[in-house]
Amino acid sequence: MSSSDSTPSAKSEILARIRGALGGAPTPPVPSRRYQREGALSADAVREQLIDRLEDYRARAFVETRQTLPARIAELLGEARTCVIPVVIDRSWLPEGGFWQWRADGEGAVLSDAELDATDAVLTSSTVSCSETGTIFLTSAPDEGRRAISLVPDHHICVVPAGSIVELLPQALARVDPERPVTMFSGPSATSDIELQRVEGVHGPRKLDVIILKD
Amino acid sequence: MSTVSLGMPGIRAYGSGNIIAAESFPDRAPRELANPTLRGNLDMAMHKIRTKRAIVVGEKDDWQQLRTAGSEIKQNVLANLPELLERFEAEFTARGGHVHWARDADEANRIVLDLIRAEGVTEVNKIKSMATQETGLNEHLEEHGITAIETDLAEAIVQLGHDTPSHILVPAIHRNRTEVRDIFRREIPGVSPDLSDDPAELAEASRVRLREMFFRNRVAISGANFGIAETGTLTIVESEGNGRMCLTMPDTLITLMGIEKVLPTFADLEVFLQLLPRSSTGERMNPYTSMWSGVTPGDGPQNLHVILLDNGRTEVLRDEVGRQALHCIRCSACLNVCPVFEKTGGHAYGSVYPGPIGAILSPQLTGIHAGKNSSLPYASSLCGACYDVCPVKINIPEVLVHLRAEDVDAKHGKAEDAPGGAKPARRSAPDQMDAIMLAAKAMFASGTRMGLAERGLPAGKLVAGRDQVISTLPGLIGGWTKYRDIDAPPSEAFRHWWKKNRPKADRRRPDGTAVDVLALIEENRGAAQRLHERFTGADGQGPSSADPAPEDGGAAAEGGAPSAPAVDDRGEDGDLYSRLLAVEREQIQREEATGRTLADYARGTEQDGEA
Repeated sequence: MSSSDSTPSAKSEILARIRGALGGAPTPPVPSRRYQREGALSADAVREQLIDRLEDYRARAFVETRQTLPARIAELLGEARTCVIPVVIDRSWLPEGGFWQWRADGEGAVLSDAELDATDAVLTSSTVSCSETGTIFLTSAPDEGRRAISLVPDHHICVVPAGSIVELLPQALARVDPERPVTMFSGPSATSDIELQRVEGVHGPRKLDVIILKD
Repeated sequence: MSTVSLGMPGIRAYGSGNIIAAESFPDRAPRELANPTLRGNLDMAMHKIRTKRAIVVGEKDDWQQLRTAGSEIKQNVLANLPELLERFEAEFTARGGHVHWARDADEANRIVLDLIRAEGVTEVNKIKSMATQETGLNEHLEEHGITAIETDLAEAIVQLGHDTPSHILVPAIHRNRTEVRDIFRREIPGVSPDLSDDPAELAEASRVRLREMFFRNRVAISGANFGIAETGTLTIVESEGNGRMCLTMPDTLITLMGIEKVLPTFADLEVFLQLLPRSSTGERMNPYTSMWSGVTPGDGPQNLHVILLDNGRTEVLRDEVGRQALHCIRCSACLNVCPVFEKTGGHAYGSVYPGPIGAILSPQLTGIHAGKNSSLPYASSLCGACYDVCPVKINIPEVLVHLRAEDVDAKHGKAEDAPGGAKPARRSAPDQMDAIMLAAKAMFASGTRMGLAERGLPAGKLVAGRDQVISTLPGLIGGWTKYRDIDAPPSEAFRHWWKKNRPKADRRRPDGTAVDVLALIEENRGAAQRLHERFTGADGQGPSSADPAPEDGGAAAEGGAPSAPAVDDRGEDGDLYSRLLAVEREQIQREEATGRTLADYARGTEQDGEA
């Protein structure tokens, strides 16, 4: 590739320009981090705040136990005929019966783009959630699956273990492994590009249901 | 367009691309102001987004601490830029990515073109990116037979409308829904002729149009909001999911990132991911944020490239005052509060970076003499609202004034030597302004000449005609009468009137001695300094409200002749003034204690007025 031929010289030139521009610039202060880094809310308050924020983004939020979870998922799937799940997901979450089909995606069973596009819904777990901003983090963990499965289907049902909710963004990021691909989402896909009027649902899942799973 | 640099100190390496205004701001702005759709849209949108921002910023008790951290992290980034960039390169490469460096827009465009050609495709998907707007990538690819599809709704509206963006965040804010509908009906093949102007329906039309392209196109191009040196992580902040599509579905992903976008650590994101969405869209968090650290087998693109772009950024870095412009995280909060931008919109600035940040960034990236960029630092009333809202505390008014001085020095005054013994900045030939100033200097320097000039006043009265108003002046001074009238001058100057009417007895003091001006000056030496110190406090901290007027003002250093009589400047007015100052200072301190900025305060008043 011709570009790589010029790369070393461009690099050394840019670095030389930077060093020349900085000259004897004084050392800046060590960044002060006097902003809030630890939350103050109780576990219950943090859960309520997450629900409040998600509903503000027009996602739906539910609180369930291990016993009530499958019935809730069944209800949310509704008319859906197909639902993608990561190969590695807690099977006790899945409702029995129903007329939908589970499509497992993961090692040894990778769905094509077209197959993904033809499914109605996706069910995943999640890594950590930030209540103050109503943000859920996926990190392509085994029970979350690769990035495409939570993106292409139009309806995302996401399970948030109650113990994985923290109040503030610094707390949430501290629980994320940067080596993994990270997807943060705060409500369903949205745009405000036409006259700043918010429209839910453009290219990402237009329907987002969050189920908080109590321990 | 850019200077060829040999990496020698002193040789300028300015940026090129869509950052050079072809027309000056005062020439372009009136045309934009004459567009009623633009003004209506902007008025509505700017008020709405300002209010949203004020609400979510008001929720954060630690907003000022976050701003301080953001500013200090960015200062450290600039101070350690070479090390951070090399670390980023090493980490990104170690995780299977490829890193390229581009000195300017042309080089960046060439690298992208080569990478696309290597994949053998003629159509690529694009995420909205200021860096690619800056380099004019789409136009470059088009010239070489490659179509870049903008997948962000607003960018798509701009692209389909054969238009240019007018705002960093919402590039199609100058279009209303009816115009968008018309563009879609005209430009999207197969779209229903009955497509309505409902934003939801228009967004749906965009979804349908792009969905197939997301699956078909194997190459995508993005910018980057942040690059993390310690982990080689790239970050994209977005709303619609078109970003996720471009970052997830293709085989090859090419990212163009300005060199100033690097951050030292992953944990630094905890500051910027709080500052950016609240400042930008006025949301607690944007709908989607994606991060990737190199290649993940079986998940997302396997062929990753990043191009680190200079394009004039190192020139901005040279300027100790101006370099803070490189802190910018492209949130657009300064555009949304700017009283000038609110009226003219972004196109008047002639660069992809409009508004207050554009007025300091574009002329620095290109050098102040490129195109009409020297007109940009004047496109501001210096009200300071941009500084108040800036999430990384860029003192935009300070840099605006600094650049105005640079422009004036270069055009009219001293041609200062550039650092490093470079050739002096270009100095223009004397122009009308220089001639006017020279004439004024000559006139004001001599009473005789002043008196002669004033004999011309009756002519002015004649010019003013029957309505006794002057509405048009020639040449440069015509700028004054373009938007205002001047009352006719009086038929006689005071100087002449006084000569005729002064009482003879007053020519000398009653005792016959002339006033000893020199003695008077000596007598009052240091009085101004003492007054100043009394009101500001000798230590610069201001007087405490308990003791508003320090006795001596600490003026000993400026005391002048020891025998000079003490000036009693503590009259009633002086005390009233100090009391007023103290009250005002207390009010400001109370405001600051609540964490609200003065701009918030002003907005609050504005909203109260509307309610």
